[in-house]
Amino acid sequence: MITIDKVTVGYGTAGFIKAVDGVSLSIGDNEIVGIAGETGSGKSTLMRAVYGDFSTGLRIKDGTITGRFVDQKNGQVIEAPSSRFHRLWWDQMSYIPQGSMSVLNPLMKIEAQVVDGLPKRERGGSRADLRRRIADFLAGFGLEETVLDAYPHQLSGGMRQRVLVAIAAFVNPRLILADEPTTALDVVVQKKILLMMVEIQRRLRNTLVLVSHDLGVHYQITDRLVIMYKGQIVETGPTAEIFANPQHDYTRNLIAALPRLHGKRSVDRVGEAP
Amino acid sequence: MRSFFAHAPFRLYLGIVLIAACIILGGILPWFAPGDPLVWYSAPRNQSPSAAHWLGTTSLGQDVFWLLTYALRNSLLLGLVVAGFSTIIGVFLGLAAGYAGGWLDRVLSFFMDALLCIPSLPILILMAALFGGQLAMPIIAVALIVFNWPYPARQVRAVALTMREREFINVAWFSGESSVRILVRHIFPYIAGWSAANFINTVLVGISTESALAVIGLSSAQQATLGTMIYWAINYQALLAGKYVWIGSPVIAIVLLFIGLFLVSSGLSMRSAARRMSV
Amino acid sequence: MHLLRFIVGRLVVYALVIVFALTVLFFVPRLGPTDPVEAMLAKVSSQGAYMDAAQVDALRRSLADTFGLNGSLLEQYWAFIKRIVFTGDFGPSLSMYPTPVMELIWNALPWTFGLLLTSTLIAWVLGNFVGLLSGWRPNANSSRIMEGIAICLYPIPYYILALVLSILFSYVWRIFPLTTTIRGAPWSWELVSSIVWNSFLPAMSIVIVVFGWWVISVKAQTSALKEEEFARYARLKGLGDGRILTRYILPNALLPQITFLALQIGLMFNGSLITEILFDYPGLGLLIYTAVLQGDFNLLMGTISLSVIAVATATMIIDLIYPLLDPRIRHR
Repeated sequence: MITIDKVTVGYGTAGFIKAVDGVSLSIGDNEIVGIAGETGSGKSTLMRAVYGDFSTGLRIKDGTITGRFVDQKNGQVIEAPSSRFHRLWWDQMSYIPQGSMSVLNPLMKIEAQVVDGLPKRERGGSRADLRRRIADFLAGFGLEETVLDAYPHQLSGGMRQRVLVAIAAFVNPRLILADEPTTALDVVVQKKILLMMVEIQRRLRNTLVLVSHDLGVHYQITDRLVIMYKGQIVETGPTAEIFANPQHDYTRNLIAALPRLHGKRSVDRVGEAP
Repeated sequence: MRSFFAHAPFRLYLGIVLIAACIILGGILPWFAPGDPLVWYSAPRNQSPSAAHWLGTTSLGQDVFWLLTYALRNSLLLGLVVAGFSTIIGVFLGLAAGYAGGWLDRVLSFFMDALLCIPSLPILILMAALFGGQLAMPIIAVALIVFNWPYPARQVRAVALTMREREFINVAWFSGESSVRILVRHIFPYIAGWSAANFINTVLVGISTESALAVIGLSSAQQATLGTMIYWAINYQALLAGKYVWIGSPVIAIVLLFIGLFLVSSGLSMRSAARRMSV
Repeated sequence: MHLLRFIVGRLVVYALVIVFALTVLFFVPRLGPTDPVEAMLAKVSSQGAYMDAAQVDALRRSLADTFGLNGSLLEQYWAFIKRIVFTGDFGPSLSMYPTPVMELIWNALPWTFGLLLTSTLIAWVLGNFVGLLSGWRPNANSSRIMEGIAICLYPIPYYILALVLSILFSYVWRIFPLTTTIRGAPWSWELVSSIVWNSFLPAMSIVIVVFGWWVISVKAQTSALKEEEFARYARLKGLGDGRILTRYILPNALLPQITFLALQIGLMFNGSLITEILFDYPGLGLLIYTAVLQGDFNLLMGTISLSVIAVATATMIIDLIYPLLDPRIRHR
């Protein structure tokens, strides 16, 4: 789906500040890929480059990021470099931001914010019809219909984050990128949201790329894990394998830093049959 | 054109240059005036600009240039007095309201809101009409102070309210510093920038309101201000006689002075906004 | 429920503000060094009207009555408030005797309101449009030039601009009329065009200054708002610039403008008074000026009280509207 080939990404037009340094990675269909690393490891920059968000001076200096999408309707194959992904936003791909207080327009009801940006194929039918479908969709994740008539400030942090996940998922995209979606939420709410994301991915059978500094989060839902450190990928592989047998010192330190309960990890994987 | 008007410093410098020019013209030059330019027939009448009379003379035989320096001096003086007292009273009452809270805050806030709702010019016109057709400068100044202290007071009150919640104020409080010391050492530096911007703005409002009153002939005719100069020019048919320099010079002086004042005040508030954000 | 309590609270404050304003108006004539009645009599006799002693005495008594100078201070105060608040009666105009002051005011008000409303509306729409566009690209040359122009226009007082416009377009180039003369039958095309033609310069002097103000504040607002997270999220949703501007930035930029407007209304009214006088425009400002020139104290008291009440009311209404429009305050 996404092929990243020896890509170097950084900021600045006059000078160049490198944030991602010669990274190669391929992201396939129907999988949950986690990107982990500390602040400044380049994981967010890589995600922005993959999403094709080249504002505020971000640019690719070397290498390529290309995507291959199959249009759900006519089966047409779309191949493009990430610099042209902006045409696919809220169509083939969508994005889940960190649900801070100001990420939703404070003067717009939630319903309008779900509808705003939807591709034509998801808009079909009357307004009432669309509202019905959105309400049903939200109900599937335990969100009541009244949420649609609420303004952002009336929702709790956890609710707001679930709404953001729902907004991205309702687009019915082939690729969802999530940027620290559970940071700043308590563990119980965090788990709810992770569960919701796994459910959506299993249902849509699309690709979810999850960026988080929290290895616990990755352990719970990702199929494959990428560990970044100082702009480079230091380790990549199936999540279970990395946790069982970490190769790199940095990964070992990260895993050792996770909270443990009676010698076992205090979190379990979510979204799988017990 | 790059960075023109965009950065606070440049704005500030341009404004300061304009104000400095006005201060030299109105603050220093009047000392060198050859005589009181207000006196009629102290110069030949209806002269065009020349080496002897740089901006010409009026139809009453006054030298426009020296008249202008006197007008600028008086207008600036009035503006500074009004702004000075308004700012001092405003900062003091604003701090008191924001810092003390309770009933004092409620009473003061009411007066601030009430005075902000009342347009000052109609009241001044009423006073002028009742007090014999013209208002003396000190009365105008007092009235303007009464109407202008709420602007700084409201802003200072808001700052003082948020300051009360700030961590370092609490630290100072718990480490046993006195209220007065906290006010002077920790809160005052924060409101200084805003107050400076407000001060400049009040100078502008003060001069503008007096001039408005003067243009319709309700300010003191014994003294030259920028407004009375315009009034005289209109009244003695400077326009019909085509003497555009006579009426034009106070108009241009007002415009340049106000642009300068506005540039400095907005430059200052931009700077303190930036500083407040970086804390 | 808290909304109702808020509205009631604001109305109580409004009533108190009006009472406060009227109290100020009541005391101003009593603060003066001169007796307003004597000043008025002097004015009347200086205008050449000959009156014998009995007439002067009668006039003095009726003036004392209109000023409410009879009885104790408390009685005077109560009579003053009662007359304005409950009957709205300011007596007959002395210079246009016996037309009631209220009638003159009612005739003048539509002119002032029309002028202020139309010109602020035009300036507001234009200012928002230009401010929004130049805030969206704050570093483009066109944006900088627009802001530079706005900065040069905004600090100029209305009446100075009015003066400049009338010098330029009525004296130097004789395009527009010097003073206002409205002619034409009611509801005729001639009347409408004559109103527009005569109001053009006074309106322009207000439009230009208010335009400058909106450009400056909307530009600052917009360039701050477009860095907000919700604007970034909207962009990452693939929404176009136009949609982000109109649906995300504009509403958020408009809301705080209401508060600005509340603070500006008094200053705008002040400015329009002088503008009207300079252009002989038949509004409240000219009426006040006539009252001052003619020494018509009934008319003066009436026009001044009404302007103060009108501005205070407008400010309070705007203040009341704000929370009704902001969902963060409406639904708490």
